[in-house]
Formats: sequence, structure tokens, C-alpha cells
Amino acid sequence: MLSDQDRIFTNLYGLHSPDLEAAKRRGAWDGTKFLLEQGRDWVIDEMKGSGLRGRGGAGFPTGLKWSFMPKTSDGRPHYLVVNADESEPGTCKDREIMRHDPHLLIEGCLIASFAMAAHACYIYIRGEYVAEKHALQRAVDEAYEARLVGKDNVHGYPFDIYVHHGAGAYICGEETALLESLEGKKGMPRLKPPFPANVGLYGCPTTVNNVESIAVAGTILRRGGAWFAGLGGKNNTGTKLFCVSGHVNKPCNVEEVLGIPFRELIDRHCGGMRGGWDNLLCSIPGGSSVPLVPADQIIDAKMDFDTLKNLGSGLGTAAVIVLDRSTDIVEAITRISYFYKHESCGQCTPCREGTGWMWRVLTRMSQGRAQRREIDMLLEVTKQIEGHTICALGDAAAWPVQGLIRHFRPEIEARIDRYSANPHSDAVPMAAE
Amino acid sequence: MANRRLAPASAQPDAFAFSDENAAWAQGQIDKYPEGRQASAVIPLLWKAQEQNGGWLPRAAIEAVADRLGMPHIRVLEVATFYTMFALEPVGRYWIQLCGTVPCDSCGARELKSALQARLGAPGHVSADGNFSWLEVECLGACCNAPMVQINQDYYEDLTPESLNALLDDLAAGRPVKIGSQAGRVSSEPKDAVNTLTDPTLFDGSRVGAWRKRFEQTGGADAGEESVKHDEAASTEARAKTETKPAHPGSGRPNETGSTDAPAQRAASGEPAVKPADQAAASERGTSQAKFGAARPGDSSALDSPAERDREGQAQGLDGLAPAARLAEEERDVAEDVALRTEPPQHPAAAGADDAVPDNENPDARADAAGTRPAGLSAARDDRPDDLTRIKGIGPLDQRRLNDLGIWHLDQVAAWTPQEVAWVGAFLAVTDRIDREEWVGQAGTLAVKKG
Repeated sequence: MLSDQDRIFTNLYGLHSPDLEAAKRRGAWDGTKFLLEQGRDWVIDEMKGSGLRGRGGAGFPTGLKWSFMPKTSDGRPHYLVVNADESEPGTCKDREIMRHDPHLLIEGCLIASFAMAAHACYIYIRGEYVAEKHALQRAVDEAYEARLVGKDNVHGYPFDIYVHHGAGAYICGEETALLESLEGKKGMPRLKPPFPANVGLYGCPTTVNNVESIAVAGTILRRGGAWFAGLGGKNNTGTKLFCVSGHVNKPCNVEEVLGIPFRELIDRHCGGMRGGWDNLLCSIPGGSSVPLVPADQIIDAKMDFDTLKNLGSGLGTAAVIVLDRSTDIVEAITRISYFYKHESCGQCTPCREGTGWMWRVLTRMSQGRAQRREIDMLLEVTKQIEGHTICALGDAAAWPVQGLIRHFRPEIEARIDRYSANPHSDAVPMAAE
Repeated sequence: MANRRLAPASAQPDAFAFSDENAAWAQGQIDKYPEGRQASAVIPLLWKAQEQNGGWLPRAAIEAVADRLGMPHIRVLEVATFYTMFALEPVGRYWIQLCGTVPCDSCGARELKSALQARLGAPGHVSADGNFSWLEVECLGACCNAPMVQINQDYYEDLTPESLNALLDDLAAGRPVKIGSQAGRVSSEPKDAVNTLTDPTLFDGSRVGAWRKRFEQTGGADAGEESVKHDEAASTEARAKTETKPAHPGSGRPNETGSTDAPAQRAASGEPAVKPADQAAASERGTSQAKFGAARPGDSSALDSPAERDREGQAQGLDGLAPAARLAEEERDVAEDVALRTEPPQHPAAAGADDAVPDNENPDARADAAGTRPAGLSAARDDRPDDLTRIKGIGPLDQRRLNDLGIWHLDQVAAWTPQEVAWVGAFLAVTDRIDREEWVGQAGTLAVKKG
């Protein structure tokens, strides 16, 4: 188990005060000026050396992302935008950072902005998180008051930080949709290129990072990239907040080392599996966007990016949804399909039409009102959506369905057979609603 | 997409104006954004307008916000109808949003839904006393505290139908309620079993400054850190030579195609980096694809085809991804970014010109380049062909084309050699689907069953 001394989010559960004084005692804002004095290249190299991979789902190396920003300004200001639009089903980690350890985030914003020559940072928080928005704003006000941030601050680097909030749209977690939303438009993803590092917020160079990626920066620089890289495995370094939900005895958030085995994660922190390990049906290990992994494959798997990718799934945001044998898995995936149908922004046809199509077919299948050959047709449709949209929402909608068919095809077939074995007089609705 | 419309005209108030207090607040929001970018404040302002108007957003308020920000009305209407937190019809004094997405759904959200249904009737209607209205919404991001509801601005977590009903009773009666977990948790810790973050030295300030040792011991960051850094950099460089993707790890997102069969890996093991069938398929640009063809190589951009990148000597740069594999968003950004920097953009039509396989519309020729043609029968034995669509992956169209080749029976498919599989794959333009879906194996099993 990860030792408490190596945990970064020491107030994860809010058992202590989130205010500046207490945060300083826990180590936030400790020697930030000294760290900035080491220079921009040092900061980026330390971050690269830490092997930190973005915590927002895609797992892209954070240090590398920072280094993509133009080294010198061409007259346009640079921006850091923090993605706190946490809406991936299963994920509830950034919320805890913002309401319990907000100063780690604010300090991280200063460091990241310094590394990218940005003097302004916007934190885009999802609209539903009202209490979290207030907690974060309170912390920002504290930091301004203590002159830790602001035009004339003790660090000698002019820096403004603003809290912005959305109004309930999953798609705004996509970085370019988030920028659109921040500019006051509908959250519809932009075509890339140009990439935000060249043309982002207000047409200026911008980097969008997840809350957790930014909030760990201060501690990594203090303790060294080598310390962080020494935790976990190769390419999967450091600690990670896991959000375990579903059918475990004690669902919780916990910071653990990347690569902790699934079984150990559940047994040690979540009070074990509800009804014992034989009761495990499957797990969705990275938020609803990734394909499910059946019990026999997940149970001893290491929870890291590469292991899960090789299982045909992904670590995503490390939102581990555990499902036991009482779950109607076809219905569960149907519910996920409904989510994507609801959240598709409607810009690209394959996604706008395909998500609804998949949901309607799955709804019939979950009752057995389908034909066996439709399973292959459904799989085919998921492939037509995947990769044919501007952003990854199309992929995210297709993958759970692919995972279902890959691992639970016999279950769907059995259901269809059961239904067709009995006489029914009601018509099967086929057309779009 | 959600279907969202403004409330009917009869429910719309005639006018809306911000109160003085809210107008000042609005100015504070606008000041957050650079000069001329006041449109950024549209969501906060709409939010405030909704709050002032009793929880929903009438047309007059939308237009007032537009005028305040100097935006065309339609732009603000777009925003108001796009984002689901703007209620466009009147809501109850307590507006209940029930999370119904999978983590909550699996932990009892359905029972809560029935409880709300029983108590308040159908969703989307204000109860007779004006106190409540409710709606099932998508994930609210409190999954470790499932199931939960949001009432106005507050989260109520770890609910049961009983505690939800008690909560609504208290709200209706104006009694104080506890926000957050209704099961006695502080936040998202494991209930009564916190076994982490118990070390008191984390909180008493004794760790402050301890980290500076590493800078002092090594004689300051400039000397010591440099050497550490260079060591790390050197080892990274060394690793880069032997590993497929050290500095550029694969994304956490899944790829549908297993990474064990990637061009780079094939190249490393001495096989041709690109399967002949893929290459044939990739070169077939501009020609029409069979409607039911699974892979559509022509869809991929010129820069993204394995054949191209292989020719450019970039097999290693491929990042170990099979052609059909989808790069996760950010990874793709960079891959394209790099590709754009290093290669001049190519016109798709020009790309196939120097392919090893002739760009030919004739599928026979394409297939001949990929493998050997399986022997066929002139007609089905006893005139009774097998139903090849029983093989998962073969559709009616594929069956017809296979029949044209003289493939009528399952045992014929079961007997295909790898070369023949490659030939048929290219002929049907299904790339590697035959292997992936194990047509041969399936056919074998089905043939045995039949026999």
C-alpha cells in the first residue's frame, strides 16, 4: 500500500480544514518562489522526468504537453485553462480536490502558467458543482489576499486566476468544446488542427489540463520528478486518485499508486466486493467511456494505463465502476448508451444519429426483442461511428457497446432466444422514435 | 441530444431586468474576461438570471442577457437551449434532479425514481403545492456517494427511498436539512473505515520544508538536479532505441484492435510491416467500396495510412498502432502535429500512385497481389449450399460474392490456408476481419455440427 507520506492529496476526505493556513501546514505553497526561481526549463524537465500522464482520461504526458506551448510570445497572451468539467460517469475525484485541497490546485496553476509563460488562468468548473465552485472561489480569494497570486504577488510573476463555470454539458469536458463554451458559445468541439497550443482560447496559445494533473505539480517539483517516477511502473508512474463506485461494500475515493491490482484496491480500501469475489460480474475500469472488462480478466489486473489498454479497455479517469452478478449488464450498457445519446452535441452526423440508434437497438435487445443478426449489425454501426467524428465522444459512445458484444454476446443471444421462444402479440417498434 | 424548447408564451413574463445587486455582480463577472470578450460571461449571467427568476429562464431574461453583453439574441438562445442546467419552463420551489447514470443506477437510483414518481407524479411537472418538481438527469459526479439527488444547488448523497422521503418532508415543512451524505459520511471516504491519511505528521506542519534537503545535499538545483535530470534524460534516450514507444506512451483509452498485431511490431519481427491485404485495401482510393465492407480505408486521410507511413520509413513512428486503431484524442493531436511538421500534406489522390500494389479497380487483381485464390466449385454439392451467413461477420452480400467464387460450403471456408484468407480478405475488402472474427474456426465448428 502507498504510504501516507507519499500521498499528495492529504485532505482528500475533508477531515481537515481546506483554508490557506491549514493547507500551508500540509505543505501547499511551500517554497513556491524557490521552485519558480529554478526556471521554466527546469520545471518542464522535472515534469517530464516524473512521467506524469494526464489524469483527465487520455493519459497524455503532461510535461510534454506543456512543452508544446510557444517558447516566446508573438504578442498574443498565453492561457492556461483547467478542465474541471468533471462529468464522466463514475468520476468524482476533482470535486474532492476543489472543495478540500483547493490550494494545491491554485499553486499548480501558478506553476503551470509560469512554465508556459501564461499570465492568466481560467478554471472551468461544471455548473452542477455549486458548492465546489464556492469553495474554490473562497480559496482563490484567500490566495489573492495573501498576495500569493495577483498582478503584484510575492512570487514576482504577475498571474491572475479566474473561476468560470459551465451549465451542464458533458461535451464541455472535451478541450476544444470547453474553449468554445468559455468563449460564450455552444460547447461544440472544434476541428483540429489548429491545436489549442497554437490557436486556443480567444485565438491565443492555450493549454488545457485536468485538475488532478495540475494539482500534483507543486508536490512533484518539491519532491522531485524522480520521486514520482519511482512510484508505480514504467510508463505508468506516480499516484492516482481512484474513484470506486458500484457494488463494493464501501465505495470511496482513494489515492493509490498506479498499477495497484484491482483486487487489492477493492479489498484494502473499499471493504471488499459485495457478496464476495465470486459475485463479481465485470468492471468498467475507467469511467463509462471505456469497454467493460469481465471478472476473470480484471480481478488480478494491474490498474494502470498499459495493462488495461491491453485488456481492450482503458484506465481513463480511473473511475472504477464495479458491477456484481445482480446487474443486468445489457440494461446497464443501454443506460450508458442513453447517456451518450443525451450528451451528443449534435455536430457530427455519425454521433448524433448513431448514439440514438445504438440506444434504441440496445433497448430492444435488453428485452430480447431483436434478431441475432442485429448483434453484428450493431457492432458494425459502432465501427461506423468510431473514428468518424470530430471529437472522441463518438468513440466513447461506441466502445462500451463493443465491450458488451465482445464479452457478453451469449447473454444477449440467450435473451433473444428466450424472448422468441415465447409467443408475443405486441408489435416490435422498429422506426426511430 | 436533448430536445429543449422555451416555455409556451402563456407562461412567459413580459419583461426581465437584473436587480441592482445582481447587475453589479454581472459587471464583476464581465470584468474577468479580456476587453471585447464579454460574451464569455454569458453562462454566469444566464445562471444568475435563472436564480433571480425563481429557478427557470424565460425568454425575456435571455434577451436581457443578450442585450447586456451586446450579443445577438439568437446566440444567447442557442446557449440557453444547449446547456441542460438552464430550465426553460417553470420549476418547483425545490427543483430535484435525480442522477440516473450507471453508478447511481446500480446502487438504487431506480428505487429513488419510483419513490419520486409515487410522491410527485411524472417528471417535469410542478407539484400542486408548488414545492417540488423533478427530473432524471445524467451523471452529477458524486459516484462514490451514489445514489444521490441535487435539490436546487445542493447535493444530497447516499440516499435510500426512506431518507429521500424524509428529506422532502423536511424541505416541505421548512425544517433545516443536512446537505451532503445522508448516511453519516463526511464526503467520499469509506464509511467508518478510513485507513489512509491517518499519519499525524501530515497535518502538524512538520513536513514543511523537508523537501529542501534534496536541493541542499546536491549543492543546489543547478548542480545536483542537472545531473539527475541528465541521467534520466539519458536513460530515456537509451530506452527509446529499444522500445516502441517510451517517450510517447499509448493513451489510456482503448483500441478496438489489439496492440499485439501492429505494423511496428510486425516490422520488428521481420514480417512485412503492413499486411498485404491491408496494403491492397489502403491503396484502393477513390474507388467505390462495397456498401457492407467493414473497413473503409478510403476514409482515412492520406497521412494516416500504414502504407504511406511505412514508405516514409516511419514504421517506428507509428506508435505501434494498427491501422484501424483509433488514437485517443490527444495522442492523435500530436501524431498529426508531428506528421504535419515532418511531411508536406499529400493529396489523397496522389498518394496511391507509387504503391507496391497496383491501384486497380478489379478486386481479383487486388486480391492476387495479396495471396492465392481458393479453389471453388462450379455449383453447390447436391445443389444445397450452406448458409454462410451463419458465420458471424459474413453478411448476405459477402455470401453472394463468395458463391460467385465457388465457395458454397462451410467446410470450404474451414479449409482456407492463410494465403487464401489473405486473398479473400483483399477480394471482399474486409482487411483482417477474417482473422479477427475467426471465420475459418467458426466454419470448422459449424461444419462439424452440421456433419
